Amino acid sequence: MSELEADGASRRGFLKCMTWAGTGLVWTVAGGVPASIALGAEAAAMKATPFSFVQVSDSHIGFSKPFNPDARVTFREAIAKIGSLPRKPDFIIHTGDVSQLSKDEQFDDADQIIKEAGVPVFHVPGEHDVLDEGQGKAFLERYGKGTKGSGWFSFDHAGVHFVGLINVVDLKAGGLGSLGAEQLAWLKADLAGHGSSTPIVVFTHIPLWALYPQWGWGTEESAQALALLKRFGSVTVLNGHIHQVQQKVEGHVAFYTARSTAFPQPAPGTPNATPGPLAVPADQLRSVLGVRDVRFVARNAPLPIVDQTLA
Amino acid sequence: MTRLRLAAIAGVGAFVGLAALSGALAAGPGPLGVTIDNFSYSPPNLTVAAGTTVTWTNDDDIPHTVRAVDGSFHSKAMDTSDSYSFTFTKPGVYSYFCSIHPKMVGKVVVK
Repeated sequence: MSELEADGASRRGFLKCMTWAGTGLVWTVAGGVPASIALGAEAAAMKATPFSFVQVSDSHIGFSKPFNPDARVTFREAIAKIGSLPRKPDFIIHTGDVSQLSKDEQFDDADQIIKEAGVPVFHVPGEHDVLDEGQGKAFLERYGKGTKGSGWFSFDHAGVHFVGLINVVDLKAGGLGSLGAEQLAWLKADLAGHGSSTPIVVFTHIPLWALYPQWGWGTEESAQALALLKRFGSVTVLNGHIHQVQQKVEGHVAFYTARSTAFPQPAPGTPNATPGPLAVPADQLRSVLGVRDVRFVARNAPLPIVDQTLA
Repeated sequence: MTRLRLAAIAGVGAFVGLAALSGALAAGPGPLGVTIDNFSYSPPNLTVAAGTTVTWTNDDDIPHTVRAVDGSFHSKAMDTSDSYSFTFTKPGVYSYFCSIHPKMVGKVVVK
């Protein structure tokens, strides 16, 4: 657990290389429940915001198909979006699939691009980031300094507790995303020290709720993880993986999936579809890619969350 | 997936190659090739004689892997058009899955 320091460095040891992909979403957190706000109201809301951060996801650097021949280009556009926000975010959270194939040069390219945002970056891996022979060792060496296990960690920032969970390693045949017993035990201990009024933000790659298990869009032990989070008055769960915005509120827990910066995927359960890249006409590509901006406002106000496309 | 591709992959062994050409996917020793397409292994179940080399080819537009449930073999991530081969020397039932998309499962029965 660490606190972001005033100079933007983290005690946890900042990731020297910054990567983020696919998702650009501005999140504003108010009263524990993030609420999206109209784009027009954005600037005014920003001024009243103690802090904000940006979620990006699924940059898939290395992805190259005719409808998006170079995922670096769209990732760079997503990062540029961050620069145009009315308020500079305190940090970026990349919710995984930085790379397409866990290759060093793909991580290098991603790092070069995300660095352009000029703010700290936190990473959790996607399944595409743990394809090296060490099954995630390369990702951990690059981004996981000071983390536990396969890369999970937490930190506090401005009174909000952030928890990064890993659910893409050691997956079982026929199964969903997986947290594992060791990580769940860690989560329990990590949360134990926090009062129920502490706003919690959990971020992970694969959805932490059964979004569409038939396509693997869910996590095996989500019920156990959510039971640990139940006593908190405000829990926001952010993930990537499905390359589109989906949301759900369950009790005090609000779930949000984010867009990719590389390519879209079909809506869950689309007939005859698979959870793979969805080819779109070139002139529509940027309307289905984006970033997310999250703003934290007063403790008991709703969290404004703004999803922005690259269009 | 095409029969031609299967036949080409199976070309190593005339016996199995013939089986593929005739489309006898389920009967006898199956083809030597498994195609990965649309998030599935095709055919998902394969029966081969001991000593047979099976080749998986990724025809999908996203990377996949082949990983034995018992850990006895695993491919690297296969991008589109990449292949992976493994020679089954011991009889048994080998269940495998894609470690990236674990909903994808397949089986090789070695007689």
